[in-house]
This record gives sequence, C-alpha cells and structure tokens, in this order.
Amino acid sequence: MGVARYVAKRLGLYFAVLFIGLTITFLLPRLMPINPVDGYIGQIQSRANGSISAEAIAELRENLEQLYGLKGDLFTQYLSYLQRVVLNFDFGPSFTYYPQPVSAMILNALPWTLGLLLTATVIAWALGNMVGLVAGYFHKKRAASVLEFVGILLYPIPYYILAVTVLLLLAYVFPIFPLSATFPVGQMTPEKFGMILYNSLLPGITLVLAGFGWNILSMKALTVATTEEPYVTYARLKGTSNWTRMTRYVFRNALLPQVTALALSLGMVFNGALLTEMIFSYPGIGLVMRTAATGGDYNVLYGAITLSIIAVATAGLVIDLIYPLLDPRIRHR
Amino acid sequence: MSIDVKDTAMSALLAPAPVKTRTRGSWLWLVNPRLAVGLVILAVMGLGSFILPFFAPADPSIQATYMRNLPVSPAHWLGTNALGQDIFWFLVFAVRNSLTLGVLVAVGVTIIATIVGLSAGYIGGRFERIVMLFVDTFITIPLLPILIILGALIRGNTSFLTVGIIIMIFGWAWDARTVRSMALSLREREFINMARFSGANTIQILVREVFPYVMAYTLVGFINTILFAINLEATLAVIGLSKIEVPTLGSIIFWALNYNALFTGQYVWIVAPIVATVLLFLGLFLTSTGFNAAFASKRGVS
Repeated sequence: MGVARYVAKRLGLYFAVLFIGLTITFLLPRLMPINPVDGYIGQIQSRANGSISAEAIAELRENLEQLYGLKGDLFTQYLSYLQRVVLNFDFGPSFTYYPQPVSAMILNALPWTLGLLLTATVIAWALGNMVGLVAGYFHKKRAASVLEFVGILLYPIPYYILAVTVLLLLAYVFPIFPLSATFPVGQMTPEKFGMILYNSLLPGITLVLAGFGWNILSMKALTVATTEEPYVTYARLKGTSNWTRMTRYVFRNALLPQVTALALSLGMVFNGALLTEMIFSYPGIGLVMRTAATGGDYNVLYGAITLSIIAVATAGLVIDLIYPLLDPRIRHR
Repeated sequence: MSIDVKDTAMSALLAPAPVKTRTRGSWLWLVNPRLAVGLVILAVMGLGSFILPFFAPADPSIQATYMRNLPVSPAHWLGTNALGQDIFWFLVFAVRNSLTLGVLVAVGVTIIATIVGLSAGYIGGRFERIVMLFVDTFITIPLLPILIILGALIRGNTSFLTVGIIIMIFGWAWDARTVRSMALSLREREFINMARFSGANTIQILVREVFPYVMAYTLVGFINTILFAINLEATLAVIGLSKIEVPTLGSIIFWALNYNALFTGQYVWIVAPIVATVLLFLGLFLTSTGFNAAFASKRGVS
C-alpha cells in the first residue's frame, strides 16, 4: 500500500515537472522582445547583399513562421507545440544545417553525453561516499580531517574552473593529454574507440572531481550523525567489529539520504556536464547547445533543452522509484 | 517523504565541525577556525576589490589601453593581455563586479525564498502543496539550458543587471525549500502556540516569532546564494552568454580561452582568475559553514 502511494506521488511530480518545464520552454522565447524569424531574415538578407525584394521577404517570413510553429495565436501555438513535442518528438528542421531534423542531431549527441555523464556520476558518487564514510566514521582521528579537507577544497570550486585547471595541469604543464581533443566520428574501430576513451578522460576527470567534493562532505556529515545512533552503540557493545559496524550498520543507513540527494542534484550535475562538454569540445548535447546558441539556431536549442528536461526528470524518477527497494520503511508503512 | 530527506542531508552537510571553544556572554561564540579563515579571505578580497578601483589608472574594460601581451612588470603586476588590457586591474574589477552581482541576487533571492517558504510552511494545506510542486519543479529543471536559451536570445542587448535579475528569477527554489522545512518544524513549537493563544495574528507570528529564529539559517543561505549567483553568472560568461564586456570572474576566463591564452603561453591570464575564483569561493564557503557551526553550537549552549 505504501509503495503504491509513493509511486503515485512520485509520478505526479514527474508529470508536473515535465508539464511546467515544457511550458517554460515554450513561453520564454515567445515572451522575449526578440523574434528569431527577424534574425533569420536578416542573416539571409545579408548573404544576398540586400537584394531580396519586399514581397520575397514577406513570403520568406510566412514560410519561416510556418516552419517554426509561430503561426496563429499563443494558445494554438502551444497546443501544436505540445502535440509535436510529446507525440512525435519533432522540433522541426535545424536552421544552420537545414534540412537536417533537430531530433536526429540531438539523438546523435545523446549517447556521448549519457556515456560521459553516467560513468563520471557513478564514479564520483561511489568514491565520494566511500571517502565520506571513512572520514565520518573516524571523524575523531586526524587523518580523517585530511579527507574532509579534500572535500572542503573541492566542493565550492565551480565546474568551469575545475575544467580549465584540469586542462591547464594535464594538457599544458604535464602534457599527458592533447590541448584540443579530437573525437573521430563514423565507423567505430578499436583504435577510434581507444582514442575516444582517451580523449574523454579529461572531461571525465573534471566531472568526477566536481561531484567528489559534495559527496564527501554530505556523506561525512550523515555518517557522523548515524554513528551516534543508539543502535550503533548497541552493535559495539554486542562486540561487532569496527569494519562490520562501519559497512553494515552505518553505511547502509547513511546511504539512503545520499540516494535522494543524487536524484535531486541531477539537474546540477547535468548543468556541469553541459558546461564541461562546451569547454572540452566534447561532442555531446552541451556542444550542440553551444554551437546552436552562437549560431542562433533556435530550433536546435529548444530541442536540446526539452530533451534535457525530459532526461533529468526521468533519471530522477528512476532513482526515486528504486528507492523503496533500498528503504524498507517505505515498503512497510 | 523521500524529498524531505534532502533537507536533513543539507542541514547536516552545512553543520560540520563542532566548535571547540565556547565562550559565554560575548561575541566570541561566533569565532571558529573556519569562520575566521573565511572572513579574513572575504575581508581582504572584498575591501581590496571595492577600494582599489578608485586608484585604477584606466578603465580595464577598455581594450587597447596598453601594449598587448606585456610580461609581468612593476607597471603591470600581472602583465597585459592580448586585448591590451591590464590583467591585474581587470581582475580587481572582475572580483568587485562578481561580488556586487552575487550580493544583489542574494538579497532578491532571500526575500523571495523567505516569503514563499514561510508562507508555504506556515499556512500549509493545499496552498503548501501547490507551492511546493512549483518549488520542486524549479529545483529539478536543469537551469543551464534555460539560461543558455535566454542568453542566446538577449545576447548583446542586455545589461549586467538583467543577467542578475534572470539569475534571481531562477535561483530562489532551493532556499524556499530550506525555509519551508524550518517553518514546518517551527509550526509545532510551544512558543508559537503561546503567541497564537495570546491573540497574535499570522503576520505578527511570522514577523515576531518565526523570523528571528530563522535568521541564522537565512544568513547561511544568503552566503550560499552569493556563491551560486557568482558561479552562475561566471558560467554564462565563460561560454560567452553573459555581458562579456563587463569584467567578471567568468568573462576574464572567456577572453583568455577565446584568445587561446594556453596555446600562446600567456598562462598568467588564465591562472590569475583561477586563483582569485578559488580563493573567493573558498572564503565564501568557509564563512557559510563556519557561521552554521557557530550558530549550531550557540543553540546547543542555550
């Protein structure tokens, strides 16, 4: 019974997030004083050296508005937008790479982002939690505060600083990695795969470092609090070893809030991944977004952001749905 | 509920390091090593970046003031960059602008978050559920893509202030969640009931009873929001979507990366802002956790 209610509640939040997110994506550009169509016409006009006649421009505007779903009043636009996005995952064609559909561009970039993000997040989370557990369990020892210090030093540093520092240290001072990485496309061969893996290490290291600090600090705090629970004292009096107490008694309970924390911080992690991709020219969603933003390719931007919202919300949902399996209290409420 | 667990995680995260020295009856209860280090860093950087600009020889945001790519010298402490700007003065202005933006955004966010969080937590019922749905949505939605769209749309036509307002609009949700969970725990306390039975109305209770209690957390949240705002603006600037002509901790790195400072060997251009940013962020972070530890120990004493 408890699980059913939990799942229903969580699903409700999921759909609300999707709905509000899509609505914001729809409304924002339309509330802006700037009209992308004007921008496109300006670009075409300047390429043609201003030789396009007024009628041709009117026709151009007509077609562009049709193409980018800007016809009719706001409500009609909204309905057709929801219909296109939700039912067909169709964001129209890219402007820069016309007539390539946006959805294809995004789906090409998605595996890159997912691969990097998932690996880095799992490593950062696992490592951070282990270090945090040790730092928290032995928090009265000097060596443990060194571990915590690593967390304090890493946590407040922004992603872009970490990225630039990693680049500076590992590609410039110690030239282990190339300064500007190349990511070969096309048919996958073992050499290409190795090259991609090698070149993905820098953005990967950045993401792991960034996630590491937060996980250490919050796991340490949770562990300290859990260590003082009566049942841990009881386990000690019962004669269980330090190791058993740390892993079986403290770790499992302290881990639960960390799972929810991960679900909630996914948005942040995703932001960081986008930024890291941009700085390292890693061919994922982030780079697509950056190219689209500098080139004024709005359809691609809207597609990428819609996908981001769906991806982050879904990942959060999945983690929260796994949660009852880990926490028996929800199952037996 | 699953999501509420985060609050305990957050407050647990923000309250590390039990304070060793407790002195009653004086302001010394405030002092712990973290706070001291944090405040010293903040004082040096804050005062320095606000006083020094009065002695600046030229506006560092104007390009081609000096010869390009000058090395470090007594005249140019950190040299000049490929745009003919003095790196030291650019950095000083950058710290000042970033701090100003951070504080302004933090003021706005704290006001919004306190109003939303207190009313949701205190009024409760359906109102609370709807408000919290919005808050959770705002927390879950990845912020950067939205800001990238905004940045792409308004690029070049915006003021530095607009960037701050945009960050404010999208940044209040976390704080509102914290304030609300505090209000929830306060709602059940005896002294609130006491005030209610004495005939105080909702507004009076909020202002006189709840707010002073929440003050300490608000201060910590305030500093964290400064961190958040500076970080976000700098992030936008690094990818070229903020007002990049204005010196900030992000725009200086944007220009350095754009002019390939790493390839041309101008490492001062890129190392200086990194060091400044790390110091500033460390200072803010230590101050916020230090304050939190101090307040926690004070509550423990009284």
